[in-house]
Amino acid sequence: MLFMPGNNPSMLQDAAILGADSIILDLEDAVSLTEKDSARILVREALKTIDFSQVELVVRVNPMDTEFGPLDVDMIARVKPDTLLIPKANEEQIKIVDTMLDKIEAEEGYLAGSIKIIALIETALGLENVYNVIQASNRIVGVLLGGEDLTSDLGIERTKEGEEIFYARNKVATACRALKVDSIDTPFTDTNDFEGLAKDTAKAKSLGLTGKSAINPRQIEIIHSVFSPTEAELKHALKVLEVMQQAEKEGKGVCSLEGKMIDAPVINRARNTVALGRSLGLLER
Amino acid sequence: MRITKVAKAGTLESNDILIMVMSSKSDRVELELESIVLQQFGDVIERVILHKVQEMGVEGITIKAQDKGALDYTIGARVETAIKRAI
Repeated sequence: MLFMPGNNPSMLQDAAILGADSIILDLEDAVSLTEKDSARILVREALKTIDFSQVELVVRVNPMDTEFGPLDVDMIARVKPDTLLIPKANEEQIKIVDTMLDKIEAEEGYLAGSIKIIALIETALGLENVYNVIQASNRIVGVLLGGEDLTSDLGIERTKEGEEIFYARNKVATACRALKVDSIDTPFTDTNDFEGLAKDTAKAKSLGLTGKSAINPRQIEIIHSVFSPTEAELKHALKVLEVMQQAEKEGKGVCSLEGKMIDAPVINRARNTVALGRSLGLLER
Repeated sequence: MRITKVAKAGTLESNDILIMVMSSKSDRVELELESIVLQQFGDVIERVILHKVQEMGVEGITIKAQDKGALDYTIGARVETAIKRAI
């Protein structure tokens, strides 16, 4: 997921061709207070005009407790982005957005529930309540962890090593897995440190997060390479599913591959690996 | 509808356009356009600006536009922002 500033026409025009799976057109932190109106209108016109069909199109609106947030939702939802990213998310704000989207979809003749929400968890309260935040709306398809604002809220230093967000990553990854939505890691903010980015991405993946946000197009390739299953992992996963299907045909309850028992967790992991390989174009659909 | 203030929107960065609007004494729409692609696209830029002004129902307006290669969607957005700021 690549963040792009919402008030920059050059970047908006290029956003869809930079290789990211999703782009986030940002109306919040990347836009100064005096340009909120301008960015909102520019993003609306960009959505109406530019072909973003190759990527998931996300718009980060301003927090709903500011004067800008409700205006953003009302204007942007009417041109139907795939998803809205709601900053400083808590249950109450997600419910407010959900209600607004119900009304807008009905007025515009869009399919009910078709505009999705990603909750940006970046406060201590939001983090502790993340499970309920996800359940606050059926529109929620994922959670993005905002490490910078979260550590600021916690009054602690943000470091490259990221030990200070270990708990937050675990909490978000677990809640998202439990409720079957995506969990997206915080961006790595040093855009010149690619080794650090690779380590940080690998750490997020090892804790169960399913994706990572980027703030520079140069970060996309490394993030993809870390999250992509290797050829060996894909081959193994396909073999697991093949053995499982064969066992099912033969009516066997239990099966094994290379001397190791194949049970439900192994099968689930293989299914997830194959699904990821397909979504990244590494396997035929 | 008439505007009451002088207002600006946009920037002079590439692919953008800086629009300044002010009230005009007449009821006409007056446009001063500078563009790095004036020869090739001057007519189109002018048409997009005037279409947006008409769409918003504004009369008696002077528009100064400095274009740095903006696409139509950017031109329309910047004109709309400038007019809304000027009302």
